[in-house]
Amino acid sequence: MADVHQTREEEVKRMLRPDIVGAGHTPTTVTDKIATVVTAETPKWWFAGAGMAFSMLGVFLISVAWLFYKGVGIWGINNPVFWGFAIINFVWWIGIGHAGTLISAILLLLRQNWRNSINRFAEAMTIFAVACAGMFPLLHLGRPYRFYYLLPIPNTFDLWPQFRSPLIWDVFAVTTYALVSILFWYVGLIPDLATLRDRAKNRFAATIYGMLAAGWRGSTRHWHQYEVASMLLAGLATPLVVSVHTVVSFDFAVGQVPGWHTTIFPPYFVAGAVFAGFAMVITLSVPLRYLFGLEDFITQRHLDLMGKVMLATGLIVVYGYAIEMFIGWYSGSPYEKYMIWNRLTGPYRYAYYSLLLCNFVAVQFLWSSRVRNSIPGLFIVAMFVNAGMWIERFVIVVTSLHRDFMPSSWGMYHGTIWDWSTYIGTIGLFLSLLFLFIRFLPMISIFEMRMILPEANKMKKVN
Amino acid sequence: MKSEPKPNGLRVEEVRERLSEAGDGPAYWRSLEELAQTDEFHELLEREFPTLLPLEQSQASRRRFLQFMGASLALAGLSACSLQPEERILPYTKQPEEIVPGKPLYFASAHPNGPFGRGILVESHMGRPTKIEGNPDHPSSLGATDLFDQASILELYDPDRMRAPSYLSTVRSWEAFAADLGPRLEAQRALGGEGLRVVLPNTTSPTVLHQIGILRQRFPKARFVAYESAGSAQARAGFRAAFGRPVHVHYDLSEAEVLVCLDHDLLTEGPGSVRYARDFARRRRIVDGHHEMNRLYAVESSPTSTGQIADHRLPLSPVRLEGFVLALAAALGVEGVHAQAEPELQTWVDAVAADLRARPGRSLVSAGDSLRPELHTIVMAINDRLNNIGRTVLLQEPVLLSEGSGLEALRELTTELRDGKVDLLLLLGGNPAQDTPADLDFASAAAEAGLRVRFSSHDDETAEFCQWKIPLSHPLESWGDIRGHDGTVAIVQPLIAPLFASRSVVEILEFLAGDPTADGLAVVRRTWTADGVADLDDKAWRRALHDGLVRDAEPAALSLRVAPAAAAAAAASLAGTSASACLVIRPDPTVGDGRFANNGWLQECPKPHTRITWDNALLLAPRTAEKLGVSNEELVLLRANGRQMEVAAWILPGHAEDTFTLHLGYGRRRAGRVGNGCGFDANRLRTVDSPWRVDGVEIEPLGRRYRLASTQLHANMEGRDLIRHSTVAELEHGHGQHTEEGHHLDPNASLMPGFTYEGYKWGMTVDLSTCTGCNACVIACQSENNISIVGKDEVLNGREMHWMRIDRYFEGDLDQPTTYLQPVMCQHCEQAPCEVVCPVSATVHTDEGINAMAYNRCVGTRYCANNCPYKVRRFNFYQYADYESDTLKLMRNPDVTIRHRGVMEKCNYCLQRVNHAKIEATVRDLPLAEVGLQSACQQACPTAAIEFGDLNDSEAPVTQWAQSDLAYGILTDLGTRPRTSYLQRVSNPNPELARS
Repeated sequence: MADVHQTREEEVKRMLRPDIVGAGHTPTTVTDKIATVVTAETPKWWFAGAGMAFSMLGVFLISVAWLFYKGVGIWGINNPVFWGFAIINFVWWIGIGHAGTLISAILLLLRQNWRNSINRFAEAMTIFAVACAGMFPLLHLGRPYRFYYLLPIPNTFDLWPQFRSPLIWDVFAVTTYALVSILFWYVGLIPDLATLRDRAKNRFAATIYGMLAAGWRGSTRHWHQYEVASMLLAGLATPLVVSVHTVVSFDFAVGQVPGWHTTIFPPYFVAGAVFAGFAMVITLSVPLRYLFGLEDFITQRHLDLMGKVMLATGLIVVYGYAIEMFIGWYSGSPYEKYMIWNRLTGPYRYAYYSLLLCNFVAVQFLWSSRVRNSIPGLFIVAMFVNAGMWIERFVIVVTSLHRDFMPSSWGMYHGTIWDWSTYIGTIGLFLSLLFLFIRFLPMISIFEMRMILPEANKMKKVN
Repeated sequence: MKSEPKPNGLRVEEVRERLSEAGDGPAYWRSLEELAQTDEFHELLEREFPTLLPLEQSQASRRRFLQFMGASLALAGLSACSLQPEERILPYTKQPEEIVPGKPLYFASAHPNGPFGRGILVESHMGRPTKIEGNPDHPSSLGATDLFDQASILELYDPDRMRAPSYLSTVRSWEAFAADLGPRLEAQRALGGEGLRVVLPNTTSPTVLHQIGILRQRFPKARFVAYESAGSAQARAGFRAAFGRPVHVHYDLSEAEVLVCLDHDLLTEGPGSVRYARDFARRRRIVDGHHEMNRLYAVESSPTSTGQIADHRLPLSPVRLEGFVLALAAALGVEGVHAQAEPELQTWVDAVAADLRARPGRSLVSAGDSLRPELHTIVMAINDRLNNIGRTVLLQEPVLLSEGSGLEALRELTTELRDGKVDLLLLLGGNPAQDTPADLDFASAAAEAGLRVRFSSHDDETAEFCQWKIPLSHPLESWGDIRGHDGTVAIVQPLIAPLFASRSVVEILEFLAGDPTADGLAVVRRTWTADGVADLDDKAWRRALHDGLVRDAEPAALSLRVAPAAAAAAAASLAGTSASACLVIRPDPTVGDGRFANNGWLQECPKPHTRITWDNALLLAPRTAEKLGVSNEELVLLRANGRQMEVAAWILPGHAEDTFTLHLGYGRRRAGRVGNGCGFDANRLRTVDSPWRVDGVEIEPLGRRYRLASTQLHANMEGRDLIRHSTVAELEHGHGQHTEEGHHLDPNASLMPGFTYEGYKWGMTVDLSTCTGCNACVIACQSENNISIVGKDEVLNGREMHWMRIDRYFEGDLDQPTTYLQPVMCQHCEQAPCEVVCPVSATVHTDEGINAMAYNRCVGTRYCANNCPYKVRRFNFYQYADYESDTLKLMRNPDVTIRHRGVMEKCNYCLQRVNHAKIEATVRDLPLAEVGLQSACQQACPTAAIEFGDLNDSEAPVTQWAQSDLAYGILTDLGTRPRTSYLQRVSNPNPELARS
């Protein structure tokens, strides 16, 4: 009997990869550990962090107010570089969001249950990143108060969107993405909201959580419907992982500017998005697991796996760079050739070299399992990638535009203080939302964590 | 502003009294509405209504408020209006003849610029002049204009113009001025005008010259000093020496086969330039296999637009240029000139001399105004030797005021002023405190005069030290007359009543002659009666007004030979000049001598060679810069004549070595809000004796940077097929016609059937062989299409708004590059990359092939501009269009939308003109060709290098051009199918020189 038990334990261990959750946890301890983060006293560092985030949000509000008052001229954009930080930031934020969807949807469908501990905040990150990203196409408009011209609203002035424009595709892609992400996230939150309702220490919190929990009682029927809904939403969200950034890449690929007009863009952008997204998940999870003592739930193994995903997608991105170079030469087009030459030797060559350093050189360290398993090492690489992916979009947008076809119109572009403040401001918005999230909602899915405990599976196996 | 509180309250009666004591003329009261906006008016209000001051600052009692309102209403009621009145207005019961709302009228007038003028047609919308076109009947115009004519409309509506007479900064009425000056003039009359001095810019106006004649009789001891800050004084002195008498010289380029321009911007500068350019271009156009072309040599110490399109350009320092001229004269056998060319210039001298000798009577050697008089004498001798005089060089009786004119006379005046001999100094126009050489120190001398009266359009540097300041009317508000480059007289007609309380030049001169209420029309009409210059009966007068010129009023033609000894004497006095670093001073190509400094269109117009806007700069050759260690945009200390100034350097390929160019017209302190503080004042180094050239300058780099706003940073074509070039010889042998070979794939291949343009199919073709880069089209476009200016900072940001630009590329050697010019505006691609990417259909294709903008739809994503390979789209990054300035509202073309912030704009082939012409053709049932449709750029172009029209009309000139072997499109390999095409640049180099 003991032998049998022993074997069974080992088998369960092997099957369940117990390294994705710390030893000795029971369902009760999991719930306690995660829910306490929300119900306990607010830690002092939260105030410090949230204060900083809100200050940055203030910077954002000031920048936007000034922008609306003066116009987009406060930014560095000019002729020929008509797009600048706004579009760079848009693509950067959208890209960051992708990892969340990938983790929550694709990994769910693929039954990669190691995702259970990171999917919640990765999804939250997606939504916040999309919120930041969604700002920019509106802010960058010359007449932002006319943004609804881009929407297919029946109207009396006979104006219908021009559906051949990739910007219209963007409108649909991004709004769909935001909608599905929010739904998916909210549906996944319902069981945990019910847990918080039940553990709430005051009536006000209980009411709010209760309303949000939508009457969840944990009945089998609820669980069944939950499973169906979440599978359906995962199915809906999965194509979005590919489609959104593909459409975003069309903004460039459909244009005929040398450096934009290339067929590699859709896969290259999608890989870049996942790459950037995982870098951001690592950037966020490392401090969070430390601050809340969640090392048992976000384990070394998680970090190791995320490092591998980054390495894989990073290599796809590097392949994209190589193909761009090759096609620039192979096309025989003088404009394409000059574009490559200009990237390598032109006034923005340092941006390109930094890009290679961040996205090519730095990522190669992830081949080593020592680096992947070293938290500082992984964190540093992730920071390089965060910066590198921003620089990549800078290179694509600015270096391509600043010298295109007519040498007489060539110019230079520099971000102004308002460009930077708007960018930093959206980071503030992101962090503010994140701080609110970790304070008021369970940042790790409680019930899904319980599901990967050995006990849960023991029952499943025994029955 | 402080004012002493007075115990008594509001005294409207007193104001009314005071304001109306001498004011029965509606002219004065017209201005009060305007005045209400000015500081002077507020000052006046505060002085007269001291109780009002606290009203603005503290809470107003109801009584005070009503008083304030009452005062405003009282003043408003006093005013008659030139602008929209506030009173209730009634519609016409009878419509005035000719005025149809929405349809412009055209009136012939003339635009004086310096001593000469050009005949113009002024487009007037409901009584507001809005656009200037050339008068096709006027020989100086032939329908074209230069950029200054185009920009004069902005001069008229300049919000910085002086708006009312003032005495010691107190607003006064013209009547008060008349009451003050009248007795003084009477006193002077008793003295014979001994203490009276009048300074005015030199002019050819028959009325003004006639009036000065009358005034000279009235004040026999007075002096009338007519000066020119930038003009042909040195040339005239040279001609006088050559012919032994004063003459007026102009040229006829229609038969000139070889032209040699010596430091002379023959085609874009000076009163005759527009005509010269037209005649020059006619002999240069290659159409239908006609392969004869004139040949242009330019030898110059400072880059000119003429040099840019010359077949051969030779940059030489002024001293070497003198040597070249002497050697050329000697080679051509001019009597009394014996000189040997520098060895390295020998080929040039021989080639040019041979070319000239081969075409006696069919060539022209011309010298720029800035060359010394002796050189002009020698150049005239060369022309005489070549038998050109009477053929390409035409002589006339002089037309300018010669007696007591010039900088010399101004110098004598400053001596008199310093000696305290002047009681009454009248400064009528010009700007002698600013635009004269610094060694005159006119301002400090003039301050010695007893009473100083300034008549000018702006409160400028000369007005600064004057007690009385009287606004001067713009030519579009005045009666007058002016001669063209060939002496043709045009009548200046007012198109609008004066916007402000201003008087015209002839009215002011008539006031000096004793009539303070003179009417400009009567004065000008008097000139053209038997009492004046020539007798015109009423019919002839009306005809003169209608046509815009007085027939047969040119001065008598002269037939003279150059005196044999003159050339020898000139050559002797030239010999022995030594070479040293030399500063060449020239009028600025866009703001002239500074008179246009407050004109935003001209300030923002890129200079032809440097593409710099809003500044002048010290231009120097790359090799000179290397030698001195000067970098681009570096501030340098320029020392000469014991004076020094800081100036920013700009390295210009093709500039003469050891020579520096600095243009006039900048460094103004009191030009207005546009022109103040732009650039560097070249007058500070000029001298009366040598106003155009400063020898022995020293340059010291200061290591500090001064940012110059150039609109084109990259002058290398990067091997792209943008400008095609061939020579006449190549064309004759069937080479040089670039075809599409080399493109193996048809970029226009498509699975979809093409669109058939039934009806009209608009297109444009630009002839690169004759484009001189004069910028007239750029300003014409700006005026026609209400294009905003953005200011230096925004140009530095790369945000200039010009719908058409002139691209300039250098090719070849850094020291002596070939310059290529290319006007670029929207190419109206049939497969327009901008249209597909616009999410809101704000840019769409019409079924006539125009790539149109729907401004109302534009939300400003700017995707179209990114995707435009020609980069012709312009974005309103800020609110550039001025919605505030009262006068500018009147100026705008009512047919063109004023664009709002956040909206994209660009050339639309003057869609408003197209539509007018189409309607006209339909209504009158005429073919379009007879209605006459021209785009604004086409109409302004002096060389007629732009053709626009219906490509479906096989007879239309544009179709002929577009189908010529020389036509090509730019960036066609992108499959855009541009509707604008270019005729490749064809030059006619001398094989002798080309070989070497």
